Amino acid sequence: MTAAVEAPTAATVRERRRKTRRRNLRRHWQLYVLLVLPVAYFVIFQYIPMANNVIAFKDYNVVQGIWGSPWAGFDHFERFFANPVAWDLIRNTLMLSLYGFLAGFPIPIILALALNEVRARFFKRTVQMVTYAPHFISTVIVVSMLILIFSPRIGFMSDALGFFGMDSNLLADPDAFRSVYVWSDIWQTAGYSAIIYMAALAGIDVSLYEAARLDGASRLQKIWHVDLPGIAPTVVVVMILSVGSVMAIGFEKAFLLQNPLNLSQSEIIATYTYKIGLLNADFSLATAVGLFNSVINLVLLLAVNTVSKRVTGNGLW
Amino acid sequence: MTIETATRAEPETAPEIKARKPKRRRATQVQDTRVDRIFMVGVYALLTTFLLIVLVPLINIVASSFSSPAAVSGGRVFLWPVDFTFIGYKAVLTSDAIITGFGNSLFYAGVGTLVSVALTVMIAYPLSRSELVGRKVFIGGVLFTMLFSGGLIPTYMVVRALGLLDTRWALILPAAIGAWQVLIAMTFFRSSIPGELYEAAQLDGASDLRFLWSIVLPLSKPLLAVIALMYGIGQWNSYFSALIYLRSEELYPLQLVLRNILIVNNTGGTNLADQMAAEQMADLMKFSLIVVSTVPVMLVYPFVARHFTKGVMLGSVKG
Repeated sequence: MTAAVEAPTAATVRERRRKTRRRNLRRHWQLYVLLVLPVAYFVIFQYIPMANNVIAFKDYNVVQGIWGSPWAGFDHFERFFANPVAWDLIRNTLMLSLYGFLAGFPIPIILALALNEVRARFFKRTVQMVTYAPHFISTVIVVSMLILIFSPRIGFMSDALGFFGMDSNLLADPDAFRSVYVWSDIWQTAGYSAIIYMAALAGIDVSLYEAARLDGASRLQKIWHVDLPGIAPTVVVVMILSVGSVMAIGFEKAFLLQNPLNLSQSEIIATYTYKIGLLNADFSLATAVGLFNSVINLVLLLAVNTVSKRVTGNGLW
Repeated sequence: MTIETATRAEPETAPEIKARKPKRRRATQVQDTRVDRIFMVGVYALLTTFLLIVLVPLINIVASSFSSPAAVSGGRVFLWPVDFTFIGYKAVLTSDAIITGFGNSLFYAGVGTLVSVALTVMIAYPLSRSELVGRKVFIGGVLFTMLFSGGLIPTYMVVRALGLLDTRWALILPAAIGAWQVLIAMTFFRSSIPGELYEAAQLDGASDLRFLWSIVLPLSKPLLAVIALMYGIGQWNSYFSALIYLRSEELYPLQLVLRNILIVNNTGGTNLADQMAAEQMADLMKFSLIVVSTVPVMLVYPFVARHFTKGVMLGSVKG
C-alpha cells in the first residue's frame, strides 16, 4: 500500500512491507484470535489424519501407537495387490464411477438446455422445484425407496419390469447393481446439477441471441452455436471435478445397496476399507488401501486439470 | 379514502395491460418456424417425462404410506391410497426407537449447525480480509482438504484418541467445517461487504470483532441461511459417522435407526398368524417412516430452494 507513494529502492520497499505487516498484526489481532478455533479444527481433524496415514507403512498396534509401531515398508500394499480381490475392487470402483460419469454427466446439461428454451414460467418453475427435491432426500431414504419400489412383492417397478419381461428382482442381481446405483443417482441429482448450467446460461450475452435471430438461426442452431459455447467453461470445470473424483466414489450408497447376492459387483474400495479397518480391525491394511485410493484420485485430478488447461484454456486454478 | 380507491382500482386496469403486453412482444419476436415448433414439442415432452420420472416414485411412497397394511403388502397401491388409513403413521409415531432417533437428529442438526456456522464464519471472515498476514497460506490449507483427505481409519484414530467415540460430539466435531462452505462464505464477504463500510467503521473506532458482529453479520443473512441449511440438511441426512463412531443405540440419529429398520430389516413375530400381520404392518411402516423422516427436510425445502440456487452460484464464482 505505502510502497507506491515514492519510487523507492527494493530494500526500502521490503522494509516498508515488513513494517505494515507488523502494524497489521498489532491492529488486527482480533482476526487472528478468530482463526484459532477453526485452524485447530483443520489441524486436528484434517491434517493429523493425513499424517496418520503413515501407519500404511507400519505394522500398527495399539500398544506401541502410531509412531512407536515398527516400519513395514510397502508390505501392506503388496499384501493388498497379492490378493485377487484387489483387482475386483479396483474394477468395480472404476466401472461404477465411469458408468456414472458417462450416463450422469450429459443429462443435467440437456435438462438445463431444455429448461432454458421453455418460456411458460409456471411449467418451468414446476419442473425445477420438483426435480431439485430428491437432492435433499437422504441416501438411506433413497436406498429404502429403491428396495421397496423394486421389491417383487410390494413394488410397482418390479411389476413394470416383469411386464417388459425382465428379471423382476433387480436388487438381488449383481449385473443390475451398477445400473440401479447410477440411474437412481441420476434420478436424485440431475435436477440439482442442472442449476449450475442454468446459471451459466443466464450469464450469456443477450446480444448473441439477437444476432443469431437476425441471421435466421433455428432454436437448435442457437443452442449449438450460442448456448453450448457459452456454457463450455462451466462444463469443463464440472468435468474436471467429476473425472478427478472417479476413484472417490462414496461409501454411503454402495454400502446400503449391498447384499450378499450382489457383492461380486457392489464391493468397492470404500466399502472394503470399512470392512477391513473397522470390522476386522486391520488398521494398517485399510489405511494402505485408502491411501492408494486417495493418491490415485489426487493424481487423476491434477492430470485432468493440466490437460484441460492446455487443451481448452480452462482449469480449476 | 382516495388512496384506498386508487389501489382498489388498480387490479381492474391491470389485466388489460397484461393482456396487451404479450401480443405486442410476440409481434416484435421472429415467429418460430415449423421446425422450431416441432423442436419445442420435443422439449416439452422431454421435460414432462423427466418430471414424471421424478414424481411417480415419490407419489407412490406417499400413497402407500396412507394405505392399509394388506394393500401395501399385496402390492396393490400405485398413485392413490388404497383403504385410506393412518395406521402406518400411528405405528411409526409410537415407536420408541424412532422417537429417540428423531430427537437425536434434531439435536445433531441443531447443535451441529450452530457449531459449524460459527466456525465457518470465524475462518471465512478473516480470510476475506486482504490485511490478513499469511492469507494465501491459510486459504491453501483449506482448499487442499478438498483435494486430499486423511481417509477413514486415520480420522477414526484421531476421534478415538480424543475419547470422542460413542459420544454425541463424534457426530458434530469431525465434520464441523466444510471447505466448500468456507469458500462460499469467503466469496460472499469479499463481494458483498463494501470496503467503504469498513473504513467508515474504523473511523468510528470500531474493532474488527465489533465490525463483524454489528455490520458484516447483519448484512450476511442470506449467506448465513444458505450455509446453515447446507450444514443442517447434511447433518440430518447423514448416517455414516454414526455408523462408525457410535455404539449406544440411545445416541443413534434417525438415519441410522432408519437404516436398521428399512434396510437391515429388524422385525420378527412369534407365531405364524402374528408374523403375517407383523410383516404386513412392517411393510406399511416403512413407507410411513420414509415420509415422516423426510417431512422436516421437505418443510424447509421451498424456502431453501431459492437460497440453495444462489449458494451454488456463489460457490461457482472463482477467485
